[in-house]
Amino acid sequence: MINFQYLRTTSAKSALSLIAKDQNSKFIAGGTNLIDLMKRGVSSPEKLVDINHVPLKQIEMHKDMIIIGALASNTAVAEHEIIKDHLPLLAMALNAGASAQLRNVATVGGNMMQRTRCGYFYDTEMPCNKRQPGSGCGAVGGFNRMHAIFGTSDKCIAVHPSDMCVALTALDATVVIAGPKGEHKILFKDFHRLAGDTPQLDNNLKADEMIVRLEIPLNSIGRNSHYLKVRDRASYAFALVSVAAGLEIANHIVTDVRLAMGGVAHKPWRLTASEDFLRGKEASLENFEQAAKIAMKDAKSFGENDFKLVMAPNTIIEALTLAKSKI
Amino acid sequence: MQTAILKDQNDRVDGIDKVMGRAKYFAEYNLPGLTYGVLVTSTITKGKISSFDTRAAEKAPGVISVISHLNKPSAPAYEQDGGPAMKIFYTDKIFFNGQPIAIVVANTFERATYAASLVKVGYEKEDFNTDFEKAVSNTKAKKLQGQPDYKRGTENAYKTAEVKIEANYHLPIETHNPMELHGIIADWRPNNQLTVYAKTQGVKATQGAIANVFKIPVENIQVNSEFVGGGFGMALRTWPLEIATVMASKHIARPVKVVITRMQMFTMVGNRPAAIQTIGLGAKKDGTLTGITHRAFGETSAYENFTEGVVNMAKFMYQCDHVNTQYTVVPVDLGVPIWMRGPGEATGAFALESAIDEMAHALDMDPLEFRIKNDPEKDQQRNKPFSDKNIKEAYRVGAEKIGWSERKNKPGSLVNGQWKTGFGVSIGVFNANRGRASLKAILKSDGTLLMQSATSDIGPGTGTGMSLIASRILSIPVEKIKFELGDSSLPPAPSQGGSATLSTVGSAVNDACVSLKSTIAELAANSNMDATANFVDVLKKNNLPSIEVTKQSQAGKERDEYSMYSFSIHFVKVKVHSLTGVVKVDKIVSVGDSGTIVSPKTARSQMVGGAVGGVGMALTEESVIDHRYGRYINNNFADYHVPVNADIPEIEVHFINKPDPYINPMGAKGMGEIALIGFSAAVANAVFNATGKRIRTLPITPDKILTSS
Repeated sequence: MINFQYLRTTSAKSALSLIAKDQNSKFIAGGTNLIDLMKRGVSSPEKLVDINHVPLKQIEMHKDMIIIGALASNTAVAEHEIIKDHLPLLAMALNAGASAQLRNVATVGGNMMQRTRCGYFYDTEMPCNKRQPGSGCGAVGGFNRMHAIFGTSDKCIAVHPSDMCVALTALDATVVIAGPKGEHKILFKDFHRLAGDTPQLDNNLKADEMIVRLEIPLNSIGRNSHYLKVRDRASYAFALVSVAAGLEIANHIVTDVRLAMGGVAHKPWRLTASEDFLRGKEASLENFEQAAKIAMKDAKSFGENDFKLVMAPNTIIEALTLAKSKI
Repeated sequence: MQTAILKDQNDRVDGIDKVMGRAKYFAEYNLPGLTYGVLVTSTITKGKISSFDTRAAEKAPGVISVISHLNKPSAPAYEQDGGPAMKIFYTDKIFFNGQPIAIVVANTFERATYAASLVKVGYEKEDFNTDFEKAVSNTKAKKLQGQPDYKRGTENAYKTAEVKIEANYHLPIETHNPMELHGIIADWRPNNQLTVYAKTQGVKATQGAIANVFKIPVENIQVNSEFVGGGFGMALRTWPLEIATVMASKHIARPVKVVITRMQMFTMVGNRPAAIQTIGLGAKKDGTLTGITHRAFGETSAYENFTEGVVNMAKFMYQCDHVNTQYTVVPVDLGVPIWMRGPGEATGAFALESAIDEMAHALDMDPLEFRIKNDPEKDQQRNKPFSDKNIKEAYRVGAEKIGWSERKNKPGSLVNGQWKTGFGVSIGVFNANRGRASLKAILKSDGTLLMQSATSDIGPGTGTGMSLIASRILSIPVEKIKFELGDSSLPPAPSQGGSATLSTVGSAVNDACVSLKSTIAELAANSNMDATANFVDVLKKNNLPSIEVTKQSQAGKERDEYSMYSFSIHFVKVKVHSLTGVVKVDKIVSVGDSGTIVSPKTARSQMVGGAVGGVGMALTEESVIDHRYGRYINNNFADYHVPVNADIPEIEVHFINKPDPYINPMGAKGMGEIALIGFSAAVANAVFNATGKRIRTLPITPDKILTSS
């Protein structure tokens, strides 16, 4: 067996000190992805620091924001009254992910840290720059039906698999990170990275840091919203394309809007140009179509995923239409 | 042992054992000194092993032995010339990626898994092709006749018909993926005595296959397989990995258990072969079919041939004087396929039943009306009457239940916002088999009946059906009946496949019970008891603790006189989203026309399972290979999509439930295959009716809907 050390801690401070001492150590919470990676030989940590008992499960309403602890389970968040009332977009996205069993143990922080589901990443007999930098990308020229159309690099065209993160990107969330020098904040949309020349890095969290909580500003966008996930089966399937859409409309005019996509990039893909176009325009089908067209400006497909060039704009239009119907 | 303990006479006799976890599956047996084997598999697709370094693996903690072609124990059949090309551990050749090439045995599964990762293999690689579509289009690629060509009337008569259609249909590789992983426990003891706990659809077949490889008498081999967690055809043969496990046990003189991984389920235990089919149909303008041509290419492996009945249905399912078929198999460098539920017929029916729908559309006829118009009175292929066929009634029942009258013949007519609704229908048919089986029945003075036969239950509810047959003949409540199966020492019965178990073994149950009943009547008469006396009283009066009989039962000349088939009609209502391409199955109605329904609950379960499998075949299932490497890319349950509960709507099942007067004493025909056969076409036809888009390549995923014109 590949032996590893297993440690359990009850405070963020001790968790950070335990992880800092060892380069090849990892936090484990729900473990729904890490255990897979260990079984497949993709990840072989020498030390696992179990943080399930660190008290970071809070879901709280503050004056102008909602705070969610990094260790709140996906189910706890999706079913919490505060979230259902104020951030139904987030609840929808969470419920669209994985299966009930997985959501029960998977945590918010773990969801953010989950790795791509690209088949080449998981098969150690195949090339993958993310798993083994320099070995090549199996998906380029291979089976890339699930893969990215935005922000790709020739090193990696994998997508981030999370639904939750798409909603949080749209919701302007902030990530609070604890490290050896204390806490600092980073915008959620800047947390994950594009592959670029370093596809082995999924995000900007450093090896000696941990996610402690999320801060999500309160506004009506989260309510007049829809999370639309297009997938091969109705549950337990990763997105072909997904869209998180939130709208504020006054007198038929879009006063504010948030749009983000999943299943299309190495990170949750915020559609800022489409948002800018829609603000101040009539909330009409024609404008939704134009916003979708703008979103696709720099899209590039790789053969098996050519269909996303059609599916992605269609899904944007439908998600906006469904969000509008909730107002 | 299957024990009836429930009050409802129709309940599954082993249902409580299964839900309580008392049903014991092969991997749950724990023998003294049990060891754990893990397979090392090839990482290249074709070539030769050039070097093999097991030193690190052998030194790893807990490792007992590493067995490969370098140190394999004696398997006399493999030491002779001829036989299979892929003789495990008796060849250094690689025929497919993921081929088992060594087995590491250790004292725990985890240690064996780790040690297997330490075996270093060097290869001499050769060029390969795993792409079936490429092999078919390559004129130089090897092609073999899969079945003799068939011709009735004029060849390709459709080409000169008043109305004609011709289209190509593509089916990808599907993988059975029963919930239970494959494997075996083998315990080779001194004097060549062997006990195995297997996952098999036939204990006698497993016994015979092992005896044949090791050249030991079948009596030396005890095969146990009481409960099987799904098979769908993949456990109809003894795979190389099972022989490897027996070799390992023989080598180390200890019991060895192997349970393969989900990933290995894709490579080494078969699959539904990919197929490319062309259908040509010709008809008069009034809707009379005048020509059917069905040509099919099926996938097979480079080292062993596999064929199935892809083009069978075209020969007899419709009234048509001019029919020709051709079936060719094309080898690729993958593991050999094996029958998967509804085997070749399910593949063929997707093409034929889609094409029938296309022709109805070309004629501007209701596809149901078109089918009824061309429903044959007799089997034109064999020139014989059907023993029993109630298709028109089945069409009527199903049409009413699905709400066929709401359907519009013009595609895309039923629109609600972005959702378009469509209805589809198709037919499934499979040979109503009856083989030969033996059964021992013991009627005891304590009021119980024990029946024994070396048949199997891979899930359909064999014990339940058999107990119900006996219960009705002997007027014994089901809870007083035990049916023992899955044990090679019991009277012989065939493997469970081809929808034949109820017909075959059920007939032996019938014969044995009828015989016991007449013995009781004779005993009653001899002891001056009333002819209707209870058998318990009769036995007691005669001081008999029990009476027993062993009966062998098989079909007679009725099979020469009649053409015997089971039929199913599938009705499907779908909704298709015009922007996202998502297909949502809204309602399913399956009607079975398979003679008497012996066991209503388990029969319904069969049809429900077939419908769910059919939704998978139609909408989600595809095993994807990266042909540059010859490796499966979606070899896990997250990426190989079987339908989930959320994909499955209300399923209504109806049965015609009329006895087939000729097939067997019960008048009952098998239904495991017909539950699936044709189903995928009903979905494709419904998608066409909803959208006007004809998808001829399965599965019908959202991308195909969006990108097809």
